[in-house]
Amino acid sequence: MSKIVKPYGDTQNDGKVQLSFTLPVEWSEAADEAARQLAGKMGFTDVQVVDGRRIASGFSFFVLYASTPEGVDVESIHAPSAQTHAMSMDEVDAFVAERLGRKIRVAGACIGTDAHTVGIDAILNMKGYQGDYGLERYRMFEAFNLGSQIAPEELVRYAAERKIDALLASQVVTQKGSDIKNFTLLGELLEAEGLRDRIVLICGGPRVNNRLASELGYDAGFGRGTLPSEVAAFIAVTLADRLREAARR
Amino acid sequence: MELNIDRERVDRCRELAAAIVAPVESFIAAHSTVSVERAVLRLLGVDGVTPQEVPVPNAILDTLPEDERRSGVAMAFGKALAETGLDPTALGESIGLRQVSLEQFAATPEAAARGALRPHVEAALARIEIQRDERALRLARLPQLPPPLLYVIVASGNIYEDRAAAVAAAEAGAQVVAVIRSTGQSLLDFVPFGPTTEGFGGTYATQANFRIVRAALDEIAEKLGRYVMLTNYASGLCMPEIASMAALERLDMLLNDSMYGILFRNINMKRTFVDQHFSRMLNAYSGIIINTGEDNYLTTADAVDQAPAVLASQFINEEFAHRAGLPDRQIGLGDAYEINPELEDSFLYQVAQAQLAREIFPDAALKYMPPTKHMTGDIFKGHLIDAMFNLTSVMTRQNIHLCGMLTEAIHTPLLGDRALSLENARYIMNAARHLGDEIVLRPGGTIERRARDVLSACEALLERVAETGLMRSIEAATFADVSRAPDGGRGFEGVFARAEDYFNPFEEALSFALRLRSGRQAQDDNDSAQDDKLRMTRA
Repeated sequence: MSKIVKPYGDTQNDGKVQLSFTLPVEWSEAADEAARQLAGKMGFTDVQVVDGRRIASGFSFFVLYASTPEGVDVESIHAPSAQTHAMSMDEVDAFVAERLGRKIRVAGACIGTDAHTVGIDAILNMKGYQGDYGLERYRMFEAFNLGSQIAPEELVRYAAERKIDALLASQVVTQKGSDIKNFTLLGELLEAEGLRDRIVLICGGPRVNNRLASELGYDAGFGRGTLPSEVAAFIAVTLADRLREAARR
Repeated sequence: MELNIDRERVDRCRELAAAIVAPVESFIAAHSTVSVERAVLRLLGVDGVTPQEVPVPNAILDTLPEDERRSGVAMAFGKALAETGLDPTALGESIGLRQVSLEQFAATPEAAARGALRPHVEAALARIEIQRDERALRLARLPQLPPPLLYVIVASGNIYEDRAAAVAAAEAGAQVVAVIRSTGQSLLDFVPFGPTTEGFGGTYATQANFRIVRAALDEIAEKLGRYVMLTNYASGLCMPEIASMAALERLDMLLNDSMYGILFRNINMKRTFVDQHFSRMLNAYSGIIINTGEDNYLTTADAVDQAPAVLASQFINEEFAHRAGLPDRQIGLGDAYEINPELEDSFLYQVAQAQLAREIFPDAALKYMPPTKHMTGDIFKGHLIDAMFNLTSVMTRQNIHLCGMLTEAIHTPLLGDRALSLENARYIMNAARHLGDEIVLRPGGTIERRARDVLSACEALLERVAETGLMRSIEAATFADVSRAPDGGRGFEGVFARAEDYFNPFEEALSFALRLRSGRQAQDDNDSAQDDKLRMTRA
């Protein structure tokens, strides 16, 4: 079964998209035409440059509408979101007490040079996010928020010294792919230290999704709008599963 | 538009802020830091890096024995100047190359050192004065558009790309351009050297980079017929050094907060308090407007709950700034538009807070920061939230307006993002230029009640801090739910007690020029207050 879909403007399969971009040229009618031709080269048809104007000397900004002939088979797409188990804080605490019988130690940080702690604070700090309490508030979690600008090396050292069960690495602002480099480095360092197998490794940030996380070799990735309880539940269930499997072996 | 605020309560808050800051000021007067001393060297003309890439001011401090450091680096350096006959730049180089050691000249008389330093101190102050006057002349000849001054950041990591972006932003209507720093820089205990082309989330603040963007903005200002201000960051571990470089290169604003580094960068509080004081004295003298960082309270916690903390921090920042000689017009107290947009009447709360600051600090250069926390990848909604922020700013007569980007939380701004953002601000502010003058707030209405509640909660917070002491309060997580120990955090090892004969020629000259009570005097006052207390206890 395949189901091909195209962008929807106002009619099925019209393929309508909106585009905007800047070209490093002085604005003129020819600049509008350049923008139109560029969109054509991108494969779009019915290109309309609805706005083109000078935004600085040597720079012009364009807004375009166009149609794409391309479609995508939505039935063939696999982008599993992290297996989250809808549990409240109390349910997670009860689950951990029963299945692990000890507190889970979680450390999180904004790694590399990133100083934007909005995400990691929302998940770890007492207050939480959207009325969902952060991990610091959980009875069965010990949460350590290391804050911003923590080198991956430092986080790994911390994890080893403090016997951390789960690591949360956050990257909010990126520039030229620095977020991916940092995530990758953290994974490699844990691997090198022989810690990877016993730690639940999670990445988070507005551009993170679970597909990216699995590509990076992480156990899960959480993106925009994630609630602390989703992360807590994922950690608790993953650790419980690992414990059960270890017992079987 | 006017809130009916309780003036007595405002006065009480100012008294409390004074009581909170006074004991810290005596601490400041009795201490110095490696960064203060390095700033002294930079002002004298020391610059460059050693063959090992260590900035020369750092190399000099590293070779100075600890007991000599306590007397201030100027004395040891002055002795070497007197004995070698070199100028400060050449002497710095020689020390960096280990051809000269400061220890050689311990026996040189202090008078000789002071004499050798004097012309270089005077030359540095003259250079700063020339830049200050130059700014005033240019502003008179090339007047800026009316406030709120539209402020944008450039942050490519490469200073030459930043230069192009800064010029484009100025053409698109920006009146203030900040070259945001590489985010790791606040934690470096040195200032990088030379033009830089690599950084993360920003570009290193170096004196050469300052000069490159300053020249480009001066050039475009002539074409546009309006002056364009340049901003950078005197926060982190090198506040005084950045302030000295900014003074010499005619930056117009600097981000500089008395507590930001402590709370949000885990920089040692003693280091920060000492550093902010000397850096602000330099800012005061060089005519640089400081921008404080209250927006950070709002991005890390709930903005509705944190409103009293923002106001309390504004009072504390104002008090620290006054004590460093900054006049109100150079104090850019911060606030931000960070209330959850889903909250009913969020706009009214924002107006209440912004107007409250306007009325409490009527002559301050209020700095208003854009929404960031609730910005998502939905750029269309983001552009709308930014519009509401722009409206609040013009209605409440903010002075410095950091334009929000529709792509906030996605990437560092693209050139086109900045142009759209400036267009948004220009449209809204032009359309609603005099809206604030036309509005009468309903007595007892939501806005007035909100402002009253924030003010009274702020007073209660300041009462608690005054009772506990500022350092202890920070330790007890009174601000931003963050606890920092007085001797913890980064840079504590760079704080030291001044010896009896401590000498900082710039501090002396600036104290005199800014008509500050000397640090020593402030300390004596406090000592006698302590004595009074003891006497009372004994009685």
